[in-house]
Amino acid sequence: MTFRRGNQAPRRKAVIPAAISIEETFVTFGIFVMQLFNGLSLFTILLLMALGLAIVFGLMGVINMAHGEIMAMGAYTTYLTASFIEHHLPGLMGVYLFIAILLAFAVTFAFGYVLERGFIRWFYHRPLDTLLATWGLSLILQQTYRSVFGAQEVSVPLTTWLSGAWEPTETIQLPLNRIFIVALTILVTLGVWYILHKTRWGLRARAVTQNRAMSSAVGIDTNRVDALIFALGSGLAGIAGSVFTMVGSTNPGTGQLYIVDSFIVVVFGGVASLLGTAASSFLIAQMQTALEYLMSGSMAKVAILLLVITVLYFRPNGLFASKVRA
Amino acid sequence: MNISAKQGERFAHAGLALLLLGLLPLALGPYWLNLVGKYLAFSFVAVGIVLAWGYCGILSLGQGVFFGFGGYAMAMFLKLEASAPELPDFMVWSSVEKLPFWWEPYSSLTVTIASIFLVPIPVAFIFAYAIFRKRVSGVYFAIVTIALSMTLVVLNIGQQGETGGANGITDFSTLLGFDIINDAGKVAIYWVEVVLLLTATTLAALLLHSRFGKLLIAVRDREDRVRFSGFDTAMIKAFIFTVSAVLSSVGGAMFALQAGLVTPSLIGAVTSVELVIYAAVGGRLSVVGAVIGALLVGFMKSYLSEHFPEIWLFFLGGMFIFVVWVLPNGLADLFRKILRVKA
Amino acid sequence: MSKISRRRFMQISGSLVAAGAIPGAGLLTKSSFAAEPIKLGLLHSLTGTIAIAEAALVEAEKMAIDEINAAGGVLGRMIDPVVADGASDWPTFAEKTKQLLQRDKVAAIVGCYTSASRKAVLPVLKQSKGLLYYPTYYEGQEEDKHVIYTSQEATQSVISAIEWMAKQQGKTFFLVGSDYIYPRTCNKIAKPTVARLGGKVVGEEYAPLGHTEFSSIINKIKAAKPDWIYSTVVGGSNVAFYKQLKAAGLDGGKQKLLSTVVSENEIDGIGKENAVGYYACMGYFQSIKSPENEKFVKAIKAKYGQDRVVGDPMECAYNSVYLWKMAVEKAKSFDVDKVTAASSGIEFSAPEGKVTVHKTNHHVSKKVRIGRARADGQFDIVHESGVIEPNPFPKL
Repeated sequence: MTFRRGNQAPRRKAVIPAAISIEETFVTFGIFVMQLFNGLSLFTILLLMALGLAIVFGLMGVINMAHGEIMAMGAYTTYLTASFIEHHLPGLMGVYLFIAILLAFAVTFAFGYVLERGFIRWFYHRPLDTLLATWGLSLILQQTYRSVFGAQEVSVPLTTWLSGAWEPTETIQLPLNRIFIVALTILVTLGVWYILHKTRWGLRARAVTQNRAMSSAVGIDTNRVDALIFALGSGLAGIAGSVFTMVGSTNPGTGQLYIVDSFIVVVFGGVASLLGTAASSFLIAQMQTALEYLMSGSMAKVAILLLVITVLYFRPNGLFASKVRA
Repeated sequence: MNISAKQGERFAHAGLALLLLGLLPLALGPYWLNLVGKYLAFSFVAVGIVLAWGYCGILSLGQGVFFGFGGYAMAMFLKLEASAPELPDFMVWSSVEKLPFWWEPYSSLTVTIASIFLVPIPVAFIFAYAIFRKRVSGVYFAIVTIALSMTLVVLNIGQQGETGGANGITDFSTLLGFDIINDAGKVAIYWVEVVLLLTATTLAALLLHSRFGKLLIAVRDREDRVRFSGFDTAMIKAFIFTVSAVLSSVGGAMFALQAGLVTPSLIGAVTSVELVIYAAVGGRLSVVGAVIGALLVGFMKSYLSEHFPEIWLFFLGGMFIFVVWVLPNGLADLFRKILRVKA
Repeated sequence: MSKISRRRFMQISGSLVAAGAIPGAGLLTKSSFAAEPIKLGLLHSLTGTIAIAEAALVEAEKMAIDEINAAGGVLGRMIDPVVADGASDWPTFAEKTKQLLQRDKVAAIVGCYTSASRKAVLPVLKQSKGLLYYPTYYEGQEEDKHVIYTSQEATQSVISAIEWMAKQQGKTFFLVGSDYIYPRTCNKIAKPTVARLGGKVVGEEYAPLGHTEFSSIINKIKAAKPDWIYSTVVGGSNVAFYKQLKAAGLDGGKQKLLSTVVSENEIDGIGKENAVGYYACMGYFQSIKSPENEKFVKAIKAKYGQDRVVGDPMECAYNSVYLWKMAVEKAKSFDVDKVTAASSGIEFSAPEGKVTVHKTNHHVSKKVRIGRARADGQFDIVHESGVIEPNPFPKL
C-alpha cells in the first residue's frame, strides 16, 4: 500500500483530488491496474501491427505503402468468413475467429507471394520507387474494397466467449478480447522468432537479407526466399487485420489508420531487429497510455511523435540498430 | 531530330512559358484556369522536390509542413481582412476573446509576404542541418519528416480556437479590398503565380547548371567521397532542402489564394506523398517535368473524379504504378526519348 | 482538337450565362425544349475517410429523385442527378461545387456531411449564387442565405437530449467527443444545460479524429463514475469506442450512454451486439411507426437490398430533395432567389413526420426522439419531443 501511494500519488491527485475513503482507494487501485493492462494491451496491438512491416521493411528494405491495405484484406477475410459461417455453419460460430485468422493468414500470404513475384521484385534496385508504386497499389486496393464491400463499415460479429471482461476484483475489469490479443501476439511473435532463428529456412532468409550475393553463391535460391519473406510479412499483416476487427472498425480506409503508426514503430525500434520492434512497441504503448490518461488525446499523440523525432535525432538508426549495418 | 541535352532543356523551358503564358490562358475559360492555378500551386512544391530528391537524393515526405505554413500564413492575413474589425468567426465560436499573439503580425500584407519567404529559411535550415549532421538519411529522413507533419496536423486540429481546427480557415474574399473570388481576381492571381513559377523554374535550372548543381549530384551519388573531399555535405543538403521548403511555402500561399481556403490536410502525410508523386510523374530529374507532372496529375484527379466519381481511384492508382514501372524518370524521360535528346 | 474547342465554347457560353445567373439558363432551355431535364447536384464524399458515413446519403437522394421523376418530375421536368465526389477533402468540395454550379449548371445541390466541407463550399455558393440543401445534424452557429439546413442543429438535439437524460437517473455527466468543432460546440451547449438542470459535468474528453484506442478515456470514465456518458465521437472511432466500452463492462447498465451521432447506419458498422442498450438522440429512427415511414423504408429496401438500414442523415437527405421540389413548385421557378424565398414555411410530411422550413432562419422545425438500441440494430423509441423550433444561435 505504501509503495503504491508513494509512487502513484501525483497521478492520483490529478484525477481525484480527495481520494481518501477506502472505497475510493480501491477504485484508484483498480484504475491503476487497468491502466497497466491497457499499456500491455496496446503494446501487443502495436507489436502485431508492426511485426509484418518489421519483416517486409526491416529485413527486406521494401517500403510497402499498401501494407495497411493488406491488413484490411485480413479484416475483410475475417468478415467474409464470419458471414459464411453465420449463414451456413452456425455451429462453428464459437471458433470462427480461429478459422478466420488462419484464412486471413493464408489469403494475405498468397497475395503477398504473388505481389512480390509479379510486382515488388521489379523495384528492388530502386527502393524509393517502391514507395510510390505501392502507394498507387494502395489506392487501387482501397477502391476495390469500396466497390466490393461498399463504402460503409462492415461489422464483424464478436465471438461470444470473448465479449465481456475478466473481473479479478470488483473494481478491475480486463476485457477478454484484449487478453486474447495479448496471448495471440506473444504466440505469433515467438513463432516468427522461431522461424527466423531456429529453422533452416530462417537461416537462409537471414543470410539473403544480410548478403545476397554470397547467399546466392552458396546455392540459396534468393528469389524464392525473397518471395517467401514478403509473403510471411504480408501474412502477419493479415493476422493483425483479422484480430483488429475485435477492437476497431473495418472499412475501406482501415489500412490508412495503421500504416504510419506501424512505420513509426519499426523505425523507432531500428530496422532489422525484431527485438527493437518489440521494445519500441512497448515504449510507445506505455507512454501513450500514461500520457492519454494525464492529458488530452491530441496532446498525448503530439508528445509521442515529438519524442520519436528526438530519439531518431540522437539515434538515427533507431533504438536497437543492428551494429553490422550502422 | 537529334538535339543536345542543353538545347532540349531550353526548348522545355520555352515550351513551359509558352504553355502557361499563352496557350492555357487563351484556351481555357475561368473555371479551368482557376483549376490550373490550383495545380500550379502544387508545382512549386514539385520543383522543390526535383531539386532535393531528384538531384540531391533527399526524400522528404514532410513538404506539406511548409506548404501548409505558406497557405496558413496567407489565409490568416486574408481571414483577418475578411473579419476585421471582429475576430475571425471560428475564434468567436471557440470563445477565444483576444487575437492570439502569433496572429498579430499577419494583419500586415508586407509582413505576411515576408514571412512566407523568410520563415521557412531558418526553420528548414536548422531542422535539416541538425538532422543531416547526424547523417540521418534516406528512409529515416522520410519517416522523421512524416512524423513531423503528423505532429503538426494533430496540433493544428487540436487548437481549433486559434487555427480553425479540422475546418481550416475559410471564407475570405478580398485581398486589400481587391476581390479574389470572382473570375477577374482569379485570372490576376494566375498571372502573378505564373510569373513566380517561371522565375522559380529558371532559377532552379540556373542553380542546377552551376558548379553547385554538380556538387548536388555528387552528394546524391557518393556522399562519402564529397565529404572526404572536404565539403560539408550536411550544409549542402540543408541548403537545398531549405530552397525546396521556401518553394513549398510560396506554393502554399498560392494555393490559399486560388482555392480560397486552407485545411489541416494540406500539412498532412497524404498531401506530402502526393506531392512527391507529382514530381515523379513529371520526372524527378526535370524541373519542367515537375510542373507538367503537377498539372497532369491535378487534371487527371479533377477529370476522372468528375466522370467516374465511383471508381476514379482505380485509374489514378493505375497511373502511378504505370509511370513508376514503365517510366521511372517520368514523362520528361518519355519526351527525351521521343525527341532523341542526347543524354 | 475538336474536343478542346467544344470545351472552349462551353467555357465562353458558360461564363456569359454564369454572369447572368443560372436561372437564365434554365428559362432559356425551357422555352426551347419543354421537357429538358433539370439538373440537381449530389455532392458527397464517395471516397476517403468520410465516405463511410456519407456515401449512403447519395442513395437516399437518388431514390427521392426517382420517385419524383416517376410522379412526373418538377414543373414538368425530369430531375437529372449529377453526382460529384468530394473525396473527404475540403478543397475538393469547393472545386466540385464550382463544377456543379458553373459547368453543369445544376439548379441546386444536395450535399456535404461534415461542417468543414460545408464551410468550404459557402464562398463558392455565394459567388455563383448557388443553393445547398445540407442534410446532416450539425453544431449550428451558422445561417447562410445560400443554404437550407434540413437536419437538427445542435440545440434541437443536445438540449432535448440532456433534459431527457437529467430526468431519468442521476445528474452527473461525462462528455466524450472527437476533437473537432461539432463535439466541442455540442458540449459547449451541453454544459450550461446540465448546470441549469442542477446536474454536474464530471469529465470532458476529446479523442483525435480516427482514434481507435479508447481504453484510457474509458478508465477516466470509470474513475469519474458518471450517471450518463454523452458521446459525440464520430466516424470509424465509434466502432472502436463502442466495442471497447462493452468489453470494459460499461455496457449501458449502471452507466448509460447517449450519442447524438450514432444512427442505424453507424450501428451497422459498430455491430448490433456492441450497441445494444446505448441511447441515441435523432430526428428520425427507422422504427418510427407511420405510413410515410413504412413506405419509405420499404422503398429503400426494395431498391438497395433487404438488409439495408436507414439512419437519420439518409432520411434528411431524402427530405432535402422533396423540400427543394416543393419550394420550386411553390416558386414556379428554378431561380435560386425565388426558390429560397419560397422555401420559407414549406411543410413536408417526411418519414419522421412533419418538418417545416423556418420562416427566416433556413433551418427546419422538427421533433427529435430518443431511442434505445435493440439487439437487431434498431431503436426502441423511448421519448419523443414536441416540435422544436430551430435556434442556430442559442444564448447560453
